[in-house]
Amino acid sequence: MIEFQHVSFAYEKNKDVLHDMSFRIGKGESVGLIGANGAGKSTIMKLLLGLLEGEGKVLIDGTEVKKETLGEIRAKLGFVLQNSDNQMFMPTVYEDMIFGPLNYGLSREVVDKRVDEVLSRLHLEDLKHRYNHKISGGEKRMGAIATILAMEPAAILMDEPTSALDPYNRRIVINTIRELEQTKLIASHDLDMILDTCDRVILISGGRIAADGPAAEILSDRELLEANRMELPLSMNVHPYTSGA
Amino acid sequence: MDELAARRSPIHRLHPAAKLLTTIAYILITLSFDKYDLSGIVPMVLWPVLMFQISGVEVRTCFYKLRIVLPLVMAVGLFNPFFDRDILFHIGSLGVSGGVVSMITLMLKGVFCLMASFLLMATTKIDSLCAALRKLHVPAILVSLLQLTYRYVGVMTEELAVMTEAYHLRAPGQKGIHISAWGSFLGQLLLRSMDRAQELYSSMLLRGYHDHFHYADIDRFSIKDALYMAGCILFFLVLRYADIAQLVGGLFVR
Repeated sequence: MIEFQHVSFAYEKNKDVLHDMSFRIGKGESVGLIGANGAGKSTIMKLLLGLLEGEGKVLIDGTEVKKETLGEIRAKLGFVLQNSDNQMFMPTVYEDMIFGPLNYGLSREVVDKRVDEVLSRLHLEDLKHRYNHKISGGEKRMGAIATILAMEPAAILMDEPTSALDPYNRRIVINTIRELEQTKLIASHDLDMILDTCDRVILISGGRIAADGPAAEILSDRELLEANRMELPLSMNVHPYTSGA
Repeated sequence: MDELAARRSPIHRLHPAAKLLTTIAYILITLSFDKYDLSGIVPMVLWPVLMFQISGVEVRTCFYKLRIVLPLVMAVGLFNPFFDRDILFHIGSLGVSGGVVSMITLMLKGVFCLMASFLLMATTKIDSLCAALRKLHVPAILVSLLQLTYRYVGVMTEELAVMTEAYHLRAPGQKGIHISAWGSFLGQLLLRSMDRAQELYSSMLLRGYHDHFHYADIDRFSIKDALYMAGCILFFLVLRYADIAQLVGGLFVR
């Protein structure tokens, strides 16, 4: 479904952010993309979406990401931005949800039906006609996910989907992600959320893949995580007070 | 503005093209008054007053939203009294110069035109307005530009609010922003709002946006809309060519 073949990218000359990176994500897989700040997670996302252009090949469903194929590629990928304010640019949640599908040429009837289905699936019916500037951060994040689901993408990319959420809203977002059937690539520092939602983890460090394997295996490797400026997820950490030590 | 435009009233329900064309007609007729025709232009206030009443939009909301632009409009003609000193008429023993009359006329023209534009925006969603513009064969690129500008102003205002709050938290007791900080403040505001606008634009591109919006579905232009438009324009013409102020004044003064 998603393939990186020897991809390199630099924002400035001779300063590679990504260096000769290759990986493949199969259909239906749920993959966590982790790494310290500046490791290159967001750059990978932008390369996949064709917002940046690097060396090597990026393939989505066998189609190479290039200027001529951007329309086709973007119809297959949904991207949930880290800052939902930048994703929800229309006055109401409903208007935001219909924006993408209408651009892809669907009729108003089909789009309206799709919007109702998505809102009902996420239990967000009350949000439909609310104004984006009047809903809470958690509701906005859920609204942003809803706008992407209304496009029915084959794969969903998420950049820090649980950042700035309280525990209750964070749990709702996690449960929603778990229920999504699409291929998922989630970039985050919230390793507990990654453990909850992903089967596989790709650890990026210094523009290269430092580790790629089952989530439980990588996220329980304290040495590996600490060597890459991260910590064990709290749920993997045995606390001295609760362990009876 | 979006919330005001989403309200329900007979004016809100009218076709956006009817409202747009009526507003344009009002503005053109208002601007056509002679600069000394103060008594002629005053009755032009009747239409906005009527529209405020029917639409349920509060007058104070209008003046609150226009508080930044209004002083600029009011400043137009401020120097007229200094250049045009010929006395046109007397109020008691006080001579009123042509400059004073033209200044007030210009101010009223500006205020009335702003009120009419505000009423249009407060009773019509931007998407519907853009859809109407497309129906009137305004080029798609211009309409998209209008819509993107409308959104960009919102983004800029949000960034301005965040930056102002951050400034005041570190400058307690200070009113406004000190003149020494204006340069960097405006520069940062521009950079931040441009970054956010770029991010928003990327988000639009990723959801299939390509050069034009899919505008709101608007109803067909009905007889009711045509009657509203024709009635309003007729009313403006009556206000323009019949000296209402003199007629009303004639009832009380021989």
